[in-house]
Amino acid sequence: MSGFLDSGWSVVMLPLALAVVVAVSGRLLGRLTPAVAIVAPVWVLAYGALSLVEGVHGSARADSVEWLTIGGAGGLTVGWAVDGLTAVMLVVVGLVAALVVMFSAGYMHGENGLPRYYAALCLFTAAMSMLVVADGLVGLFIGWELVGTCSYLLIGFWFTRPAAAKAAVKAFLTTRVGDVGLLLALALLWREVGDLSYSAVFAAAPSLAPGIVTAASLLLLVGAVGKSAQFPLQIWLPDAMEGPTTVSALIHAATMVAAGVFLVARAWPLFSLSSEALAVTLAIGGVTAVGAAAAALVQSDIKKVLAYSTISQLGFMFAALGVGAWGAAIFHLVTHAAFKALLFLGSGSVIHGSGTQELEEMGGLFRKMPVTGTTWLIGAGALAGLPPLAGFFSKDEILHDVAGAEPMWAAILFGASLMTAFYIARTTRLAFFDVYRGSGHPHEGGWSMRIPLIILAAFAGGLGFAAASVADVVGAHQGSLDLRIALASTLFAVAGLLAGWKVAGIDHPAFARPSFERLASLMRTGWGADTLVERAVLSPVIGVSRVLYDFVDRRVVDGIAEGAAPGARGLGRVFTSLQSGDAQWYATMLGAGAVALLALVSYVGRGL
Amino acid sequence: MSLLVITVGLFSLGLYGVLTRRDLVAILASIEVMLGSATLLLVGLAAAGTPVGAHEGAVEATGVMVIVLAAAEAAVGLALVISVARRFKTTRVDELAEVKG
Repeated sequence: MSGFLDSGWSVVMLPLALAVVVAVSGRLLGRLTPAVAIVAPVWVLAYGALSLVEGVHGSARADSVEWLTIGGAGGLTVGWAVDGLTAVMLVVVGLVAALVVMFSAGYMHGENGLPRYYAALCLFTAAMSMLVVADGLVGLFIGWELVGTCSYLLIGFWFTRPAAAKAAVKAFLTTRVGDVGLLLALALLWREVGDLSYSAVFAAAPSLAPGIVTAASLLLLVGAVGKSAQFPLQIWLPDAMEGPTTVSALIHAATMVAAGVFLVARAWPLFSLSSEALAVTLAIGGVTAVGAAAAALVQSDIKKVLAYSTISQLGFMFAALGVGAWGAAIFHLVTHAAFKALLFLGSGSVIHGSGTQELEEMGGLFRKMPVTGTTWLIGAGALAGLPPLAGFFSKDEILHDVAGAEPMWAAILFGASLMTAFYIARTTRLAFFDVYRGSGHPHEGGWSMRIPLIILAAFAGGLGFAAASVADVVGAHQGSLDLRIALASTLFAVAGLLAGWKVAGIDHPAFARPSFERLASLMRTGWGADTLVERAVLSPVIGVSRVLYDFVDRRVVDGIAEGAAPGARGLGRVFTSLQSGDAQWYATMLGAGAVALLALVSYVGRGL
Repeated sequence: MSLLVITVGLFSLGLYGVLTRRDLVAILASIEVMLGSATLLLVGLAAAGTPVGAHEGAVEATGVMVIVLAAAEAAVGLALVISVARRFKTTRVDELAEVKG
C-alpha cells in the first residue's frame, strides 16, 4: 500500500506509457482500446483515493529530481508531492476521466481515428496528473502546457471540419496568451527567489517586496484566467464545443479549465499577501460569472449553454478565491466537476440519441430517454443550487464568504445564480419536456453511456455532504452554513427555475420585441467578444502582418532568395572569362600574384 | 649589386618570353634563359665566398644541379613538343587551348 503511494511518478508515467501503447497498437486492440485506456484514469483515481484514505496532511510523500542546471544559479528541480489538495484533484481527474472513457466507448463508437482519441485522453490524464502532483511551478508548467496541447488535439479531433480546426487553433492561441503570463511569473519568481518549488517560493514570499508579490500574483492570475476561460480571455471556450462532447465534459468542464482555480488555490500563500491581486481576482470572477450567465440565457445550442455555464461557474470560483475562500472555491470545483461533467455527458447522450445539438429540434426527450432525463434533472438541480444537491452547498459557501467580505460583489453573484437557475430550467424544458420537435427517433444510449451518468448523478446529488471532509483534507477552514444566505439563494434558485421554465414554454412573445432581440443577439455571441477581439487584436495584427509580408517577405527575403540565382550566374560569367584555357594567361596571373605577395610581404615586414 | 641586376634582368626576360611567346619551342628556350639566370646567380654568389652556415662547395653544387635539371627539362620538353606536334599538327599554344571554362 505504502509502496504504491510512494510511487507518485506513476500517476504521470503510467498514463503516459498507456498513451504510447494505445497510439501505437490502437488498430491491434480494436474494440478493446477503451478497456486499455481506462486503466490510466483508474490508476490515478486509485492513487488519489488511497492517499485520501491514508490521510495526507502536510505533504508527507514527496520526491524530486534535478532537471536542469543553470549556470551557477542552481538547478530546476521537478518533483511530486501529494497533499490533501493534490489528492482531491487526483480523485476528481481520475474519476471524471475514467467515466468519460467509459462513456466514450458508446458515444464515440464507429468514429475514425479512435486510437488517436484514446491516446490523447491518456496523455491528457498524464498531463493533468503532472499538473496537480508537481511540487513546484516548473512541474506545474509542464503539465499546464501539455493539457493545453491535449485540449488542442481533442477539440480538433474532427479536424476535417474547418470549424473544429479553427476552434482548436483559437483555443490554443488564446490560452497561450495566459501561458505567457504564467511563464513571466515563473521568470520573476526565479529571479527573486532562485527556486521554483512551492515550499521555497512560499517560504520566501513574506520577505519579498510587496510590488514583486503583487506582480507575480497578477502574472500567475493571467495564466489562470487564460486556462479557466475567464474575462477577458473567455472567448475560446464556447468555440471549444466543436470537439467531441466527451472531451468537453472532461477537459472543458471538469478538469483542465479548473486548473486556473487550482493554480490560484495552490499559490494561495502568495496571493494572500497581495490585496491588489485578490481584488483583481474577485472582479474578474464576478464579471465573468454574471456576464457568462447572461450569455447562457439565450443560447440555442445545448452545448453552448453548458459552455457559458462553465465559464460562469468558474467565475464563481474565482470570486471565492478573490475573497480568500479558496477552500470554498476548491469545494465548488469538486462539485462542479461532478454536476457539469454529468450535464455534459447528459447532453452527449441527448446528441447521440437525437442527432442534433439544437434545442429547437429537441423537446419531450424525458420520456424517450428516462435515464438521461433523470440524471440531467439531478445535474440541473445541482447547478441551479437546489438543496440538498451538491451545487447548493458549494455555491452557498461561496456566496456566504463573498457576502461577508464584499457585499456588492455578493449581490452580483446572486444575480448570476438567479440567471443560472433561469437558463438551466429553460434548457431543461426545451430539451426534455413538451413535445418532440425533431424528426429523428431519439433513443437511450447503451449501458456504457448510462452507467457514467448514474455514477455522476450520485456524486452530484450527494457530494454536498462531503463539504466538511473536503475542507478538512485540503486544509482550508470551512464556512458555516448561513441560514439567511441559504434561504435567499434557494429562493433565488426557485424563482429562476420557475421563470426559466415559464419562458421556455411560451413562443417567445417577450423576445419578439426588436429592442430585446438586439440585446439577445448580442448576448448570444457572448457580448460580441469575438467581434471585439477581431477588431482590436486581429485586424492590427493582420495589418502589421500584411506590411511585413508585402515588404519584408516579398521584397527583402524573396529578393535575396530570388536574386541569389542571377547573382551566382553573373559571378559565374565573370569567372568563366578568366578560365580561357590559355596557360600563359594563367602563368601571367600566377606571376602577378607572386609579385603582389612579395610586395606585400616586403611592405609588412619592412620594419623587422 | 650588378650581379643581381643582370640575373634579375635575365630572369625577367625569360619570364616575359614564357608568358608572351606563342610557340612551344620558343617557350622552352625562354625557360632555358630563366634557368640560366639562376645558374649565373649561383655562380656569382659562389665567387663572393661561401655563405655563413653553408658547407664548403654547396652553392657550386646547387649550380651544377640546376644545369643538370635544365638539360633534363630540355630533353623531356622537346620530346613532349614533338609528341604534341605529331598529334595536333601545331606547336602554337593558343591553338592548343582546349580546357576552357
